[in-house]
Amino acid sequence: MELCPSIKNILLLDSEGNRVAVKYYSDDWPTNSAKEAFERAVFTKTQKTNARTETEITMFDNYIVVYKFVQDLHFFVTGGENENEIILATVLQGFFDAVGLLLRGNEDKREALENLDLILLCLDEIVDGGVILESDANVIAGKVDSHSMDAGAPLSEQTITQALATAREHLTRSLLQ
Amino acid sequence: MAQPLVKKDDDRDEEADYSPFLGIEKGAVLQEARVFNDPQLDPRRCSQVITKLLYLLNQGESFTKVEATEVFFSVTKLFQSKDIGLRRMVYVMIKELSPSADEVIIVTSSLMKDMTSKTDMYRANAIRVLCRITDGTLLTQIERYLKQAIVDKNPVVASAALVSGIHLLQTNPEIVKRWSNEVQEAVQSRAALVQFHALALLHQIRQNDRLAVNKLVSSLTRGSARSPLAQCLLIRYTSQVIRESANNTQTGDRPFYDFLEGCLRHKAEMVIFEAARAITELNGVTSRELTPAITVLQLFLSSSKPVLRFAAVRTLNKVAMTHPTAVTNCNIDMESLISDQNRSIATLAITTLLKTGNESSVDRLMKQITNFMSDIADEFKIVVVEAIRSLCLKFPLKHRSLMNFLSNILREEGGFEYKKAIVDSIVILIRDIPEAKETGLLHLCEFIEDCEFTYLSTQILHFLGIEGPKTSDPSKYIRYIYNRVHLENATVRAGAVSTLAKFGAMVDGLKPRIFVLLRRCLFDTDDEVRDRATLYLNTLGGDGAVVETGADVKEFLFGSLDIPLVNIENSLKNYEASEKPFDINSVPKEVKTQPLTEKKAPGKKPTGLGAPPPGPPTTVDAYEKLLSSIPQFAKFGKLFKSSAPVELTEAETEYAVNVVKHIFDGHVVFQYNCTNTVPEQLLENVTVIVDASEAEEFAEVASKPLRSLPYDSPGQTFVAFEKPDGVPAVGKFSNMLRFIVKEVDPSTGEAEEDGVEDEYQLEDLEVVAADYILKVGVSNFRNAWESMGADFERVDEYGLGPRDSLAEAVNAVIDLLGMQPCEGTEAVPPNSRSHTCLLSGVYIGNVKALVRLQFGLDGPKDVAMKLAVRSEDEIVSDAIHEIVASG
Repeated sequence: MELCPSIKNILLLDSEGNRVAVKYYSDDWPTNSAKEAFERAVFTKTQKTNARTETEITMFDNYIVVYKFVQDLHFFVTGGENENEIILATVLQGFFDAVGLLLRGNEDKREALENLDLILLCLDEIVDGGVILESDANVIAGKVDSHSMDAGAPLSEQTITQALATAREHLTRSLLQ
Repeated sequence: MAQPLVKKDDDRDEEADYSPFLGIEKGAVLQEARVFNDPQLDPRRCSQVITKLLYLLNQGESFTKVEATEVFFSVTKLFQSKDIGLRRMVYVMIKELSPSADEVIIVTSSLMKDMTSKTDMYRANAIRVLCRITDGTLLTQIERYLKQAIVDKNPVVASAALVSGIHLLQTNPEIVKRWSNEVQEAVQSRAALVQFHALALLHQIRQNDRLAVNKLVSSLTRGSARSPLAQCLLIRYTSQVIRESANNTQTGDRPFYDFLEGCLRHKAEMVIFEAARAITELNGVTSRELTPAITVLQLFLSSSKPVLRFAAVRTLNKVAMTHPTAVTNCNIDMESLISDQNRSIATLAITTLLKTGNESSVDRLMKQITNFMSDIADEFKIVVVEAIRSLCLKFPLKHRSLMNFLSNILREEGGFEYKKAIVDSIVILIRDIPEAKETGLLHLCEFIEDCEFTYLSTQILHFLGIEGPKTSDPSKYIRYIYNRVHLENATVRAGAVSTLAKFGAMVDGLKPRIFVLLRRCLFDTDDEVRDRATLYLNTLGGDGAVVETGADVKEFLFGSLDIPLVNIENSLKNYEASEKPFDINSVPKEVKTQPLTEKKAPGKKPTGLGAPPPGPPTTVDAYEKLLSSIPQFAKFGKLFKSSAPVELTEAETEYAVNVVKHIFDGHVVFQYNCTNTVPEQLLENVTVIVDASEAEEFAEVASKPLRSLPYDSPGQTFVAFEKPDGVPAVGKFSNMLRFIVKEVDPSTGEAEEDGVEDEYQLEDLEVVAADYILKVGVSNFRNAWESMGADFERVDEYGLGPRDSLAEAVNAVIDLLGMQPCEGTEAVPPNSRSHTCLLSGVYIGNVKALVRLQFGLDGPKDVAMKLAVRSEDEIVSDAIHEIVASG
């Protein structure tokens, strides 16, 4: 019997149920169409719920799914029916907050796609083959960020996206003052 | 040249559905991947291309073998770059490509270099990648580094090695098991997650060594794990140890219970919940043990976090099945959850309340449920329906409102499983609550007026045919049934015709009308419908005269087919069309418990003996054919039952013998299947000398010796006994194998002229009462029980003495009686204190017998049993009691 807490998949979908980034750790969905069917089912089941302030939870097809939405991003973590719901929620929170840190508070689909490399690295740091690697958002984001970009690197070394993001941040801040 | 990722940055605000991957195309990206081969690598550009490749894979695009190999090879070039970000992407890319074994070799040296690098990030990731893609051979080369990594001072590196170990344990357990010492050390790590991963790996390494797991748990429960996750693991291991340790709840406190209870006061919610759940799942948990767990779960019910509420209500729902009173304290909190925004939580709350609620709260609950039924998924609806069914059985007085509820939801949209659950519930309620019958039947009639599921329509029609005629006004159902003949597909039409016939048979007043309707069915387009109508018109005497329907016709219409469908199908396949009509009595009634297996191993037999004769036949059909071909036994009549082979020798002795008992009305034939396993011997004139001095009612009448028994080619010898007709005589027989043994020259395979007479002692054989009962199931035990009537019912109680478990006692009685368990009642749910088991069979003389066994635990281990037998003959009822009393 498998006693170690295990994660079946982590999904990041947009507000129409399309994939932004997904990662499956289980053979329960062997083909891409099985995966897409699962995503579609999860999305339809949850889209009407309000999962913006608190993490929500549902159960179907003998899976437990915890989820949280922000803007047009839908975050999901799936586990088996006997999994401890709170462990799943902790993983989801870690993923959710880490993405928030990495996107510097601009959590929307466009920003996520533009920084897809960070999202993918983030997924890679949270779970390895179903086993939880790390669930603390700061640690996850730290691991991803430390090698994607040197904080001290001169502006010219940053990508245009990053430069623009920084510029916009400066702009918003000056406008707010 | 393709555009860089950020090309549309300037106009992003105007375009709503902007994506940096808009119009991305696999071929183009694969072209772009050529930059990996540039002598002067541009890390940023390469990172972007890898991101695009990963994006494609993530969207479900697949690369052909050639494409994947090409990408893989160019990606390996990127190890030349010193850029940390790029290297990180390379690691992810390699894992996604999951290269084949010969490709892995290309990156091995680069990854091994990274594994020994000074940069922790390189070390951690290289370990994860290498362990993911490697096979066993490479593992021995890197084992040394992995062991070091497990105890590395950097937690990321240690975790990477440990998690990789967890995965590798599945494929290369013998290697990972050698790391025990290092893993043990890592369990003591100060880093929270390292401890978690080390604990998981250590437990998996030792999971088959119960003592070691016990020790691990004992030592760790004294301290405290550093991370909530590790503590959860520890709780799981602890409850496993509790489960596997001897059940000594009677003698004193449960080991480790204090640890679980202590975890209820942990500061992390996940630990509190894990401990509470573990306590509720303890085997035979007492209410004193439950209370603290229920208290913390109750607190969770009013949490602001949906996840906590869900987890708590789901666990309490399970507890309510076994300990409803323990959960009643939470009823007030539970009721406020009915209006929970989260429908899953609301459903679970409702069903928990239905399980624990009392009669006065039913109406209020039903109102609340009706409001939210339409919002929830089918599988939750099924849960609610099942809860309502058991509630209705608990409070039969409330059947009106509950039945109304069921009929309302039956009319709404829903899938097959959901509708089936509702129909099944209504059917059960009709059967168990007489007052609910008429309304329930009408609800079902209305449902089939507009039912899209053929299966459900036919089931309901069948049920109507049985129950409808017994109601006060059967005529009102006719319209619904005849409508089916007009409006439905052939299967449903045929079902409707049978149902009409049943009304005709039972209700004389309706006969003329039924005949008119049946005659109309003679012009149906479907064969089956026409055939059925013709058949029923003839059996009911549809020539206009209204006569009372005979008992045999009723038996034909209502009696159940007491022959397994598989058997009748086989017999029909074997039947060749001829003058002789097919005889249904020739179909064996025995339920085949195991599928027929052909044990012949072609081409493995020694040559020189010719083709070996086929092994002994094992099916009832084949036995019957075999026995009737032997003149001495041909006059014994119809074979009643053949037992499964009973071994009379130990495995791997010189001669292997097993016996099959064939039971006839007035005779018993023992068929000894003998195998000679000595290559240097040929046995001739093989007989079994049977001493029946301990079987007084049996007298030997005939035997058939086996002429010759060569090496490894089974043969049979028979002995027949006479016994009093139709009497289930029992007795014990001792057996001696007698034969003439001749030496065989192994080189030529020829036997010597002269043989020596020899004997070989076999084990004893018993004919027991169960040999006289055929395993014949009935499809609906309750109906069969009712229709059998209480004329020859015999009830008595027995003490079965101390038993290991209830299940063991149930199986012992089933084996003793040799009857067929019905409706899955042979399975005893764990932890139950009582159980009812239903058995059915046919006693010798073709007498049907039904048995209802009620078991209960009396004291800690003693099992008491109430045995009720109904049969068509009081002698048989008494005989079955006799079997139990003497067994």
